[in-house]
Amino acid sequence: MADGSLGLWGVPLAMLAGAIRVSTPFIFVSVGECLTERSGRINLGLEGTLMMGAMSAYGVALASDSPWLGVLVAAAVGLLLGALHAAICQLPRVNDIATGIGLMLFGTGLAFFLGKPFIQPKAPNLGAIELGWWSDIPQVRQALQVNHLFLVGIVLAIVLAWALKNTRWGLIVRLAGESVDAALAIGVPVGRVRLIATSIGGALAGIGGAFLSLYYPGSWNEGLSSGQGLMAVALVIFARWDPLRCLWASLLFGAAGAISPALQSVGVTQGYYLFSAAPYVLTLALMIASCSPERSLRGAPGELGAVK
Amino acid sequence: MGQAVERIAVPALALLASAIAFGLLLVVYAGVDPLEAFALMYQGAFGSWFSWQNTLTRAAPLILTALCTALPARLGLVVIGNEGALVVGGVAAAAAGIAAASAPPLVAQLAMAVAAMAAGGLWIALAGALRQWRGVNETISSLLLTYIAIALMNHFVEGPLRDPSSLNKPSTWPIGDANMIGTIPGTDVHWGLAFGIVACLLAWAFQRFTTWGFAMQVIGGNPKTARMMGLDVGRYVLLACAAGGAAAGLAGMVEVAAVHGRANASLAVGYGYSGILVSFLARHNPLAIVPVAILLGGISASGGLLQRRLDLPDAAVVVLQGILFVAILASETLYGRPWSRLWKAREAG
Repeated sequence: MADGSLGLWGVPLAMLAGAIRVSTPFIFVSVGECLTERSGRINLGLEGTLMMGAMSAYGVALASDSPWLGVLVAAAVGLLLGALHAAICQLPRVNDIATGIGLMLFGTGLAFFLGKPFIQPKAPNLGAIELGWWSDIPQVRQALQVNHLFLVGIVLAIVLAWALKNTRWGLIVRLAGESVDAALAIGVPVGRVRLIATSIGGALAGIGGAFLSLYYPGSWNEGLSSGQGLMAVALVIFARWDPLRCLWASLLFGAAGAISPALQSVGVTQGYYLFSAAPYVLTLALMIASCSPERSLRGAPGELGAVK
Repeated sequence: MGQAVERIAVPALALLASAIAFGLLLVVYAGVDPLEAFALMYQGAFGSWFSWQNTLTRAAPLILTALCTALPARLGLVVIGNEGALVVGGVAAAAAGIAAASAPPLVAQLAMAVAAMAAGGLWIALAGALRQWRGVNETISSLLLTYIAIALMNHFVEGPLRDPSSLNKPSTWPIGDANMIGTIPGTDVHWGLAFGIVACLLAWAFQRFTTWGFAMQVIGGNPKTARMMGLDVGRYVLLACAAGGAAAGLAGMVEVAAVHGRANASLAVGYGYSGILVSFLARHNPLAIVPVAILLGGISASGGLLQRRLDLPDAAVVVLQGILFVAILASETLYGRPWSRLWKAREAG
């Protein structure tokens, strides 16, 4: 009954709620991947990292009864997987796109393998901050339940955008991504910079995974991620390697992902499964609109092979 | 001589390294004797005629989906939308089979194959076209197309093509027993295996003996040179992507017309993703795809036995596939290393 009371207004409200709830993993993965790609490397394996993060966070939260410890462990696991990717790609003649696909398979497989015992039991949830106290409408209150990680993600995007532009460290990362020759000429250790950037990117993806298993949807199973890790990589491309635009794009994605459940809740069931493809169609459409065969993308790091 | 040794030694080393890594995982995490596990895997994959048939049945879709990555790879493209092409192929085959249910079986089977290949071909050609004319990265677009394909399948299976009697697992109407393509005489292995082997032979002959095949090699080697030579790169990109997609689409048709009899979520069980692995392990060589697919088919066939006998999760074989993939890719770096130069020096001296 409560669902029907808002009528069609329920749809934009549910999309807002979706933007807040569903976008958090996108924010973490895309901001991390943004950093990695600015250093001149692409990590397609973040889907696997996300699953490993989700599994390890859930397992640790279950064992220790502390969800935040789970988040920390997920970050550590992500860091290790990122470092592994970076170390393998550092070897001469190894293709970073293919390695990413390999680590995606490895990460998801390992997460299913190690995560088998965690499918049934219920781990403690991360909890939320109630920002909807001012409203009497239950849907509004529910939409404005915000998890702490969402706010952390926003701060992270802003800090990274600022740091890339204004700090010495940001300059070094960008230099490694723009031109290896120039970086080596002034003594920047390109390999080490990329190792660090890829590891941090992996750690953030791990935290994104922890959000999936510990907050929303808030359980561990093998269908937990439906390609969020990969969509986030595409998202970085049309956000043109700018952390702030990654943030907006993630919110847009979250909203698009909420379209089909929102329509269903107001009684529109026609084409439910077609609407569930909305985020993917949106990604593709935005990529088509923002890419061009004549020049490489504006803002693209010069050393990034995948977008040439 | 040095090169030939290298081509055997490097993958063998990678295989050994993955076996050790996987064995360690089994010991440390599951407390299982790795040697026993490997013996069981061999038994489950190649130990008897029964397990051979199981292996070959699983290898068939892997061979066909691997071509979806291997053919565009000849041009330097990295297409990973295999799963999506398989799914649209399967749904198109089911739709064609239902529409042609009253036609003679051969006509219905042909209609299914053509529909599946056309759907899969168009699906991947779309990624190729976007790459060529809009500069959209084909790796990411083909993967996004996979998710769109699965959403489309769910739409058709739950909506327009749904058989109301399929309650637990929504499916399309069955294509009818008469229209199933059946098994190779004397075996339980369906005809998909033969389709796959023929497709690989055709692809190899095309690449080796035709002018177009040679042109593709030139483009893969250096697209700028190819353009200067006046080659129409876009046409070859479309052709390779469409052919690869058609192969994966055919895999979907085989799944429908030889295994399930109808289209449902069983189409998207990861044959496409394993196909990417097969193609990379075979270094995108159509002839090498067949043995590699049989090896991986064997690994996945042995999963059931590992689960029953050692109580390992069924994802164990996926982990092994992932380790194998990463090890083989990382081993690329060993080619042409100092120790192999040593080989050449000894030969020369």
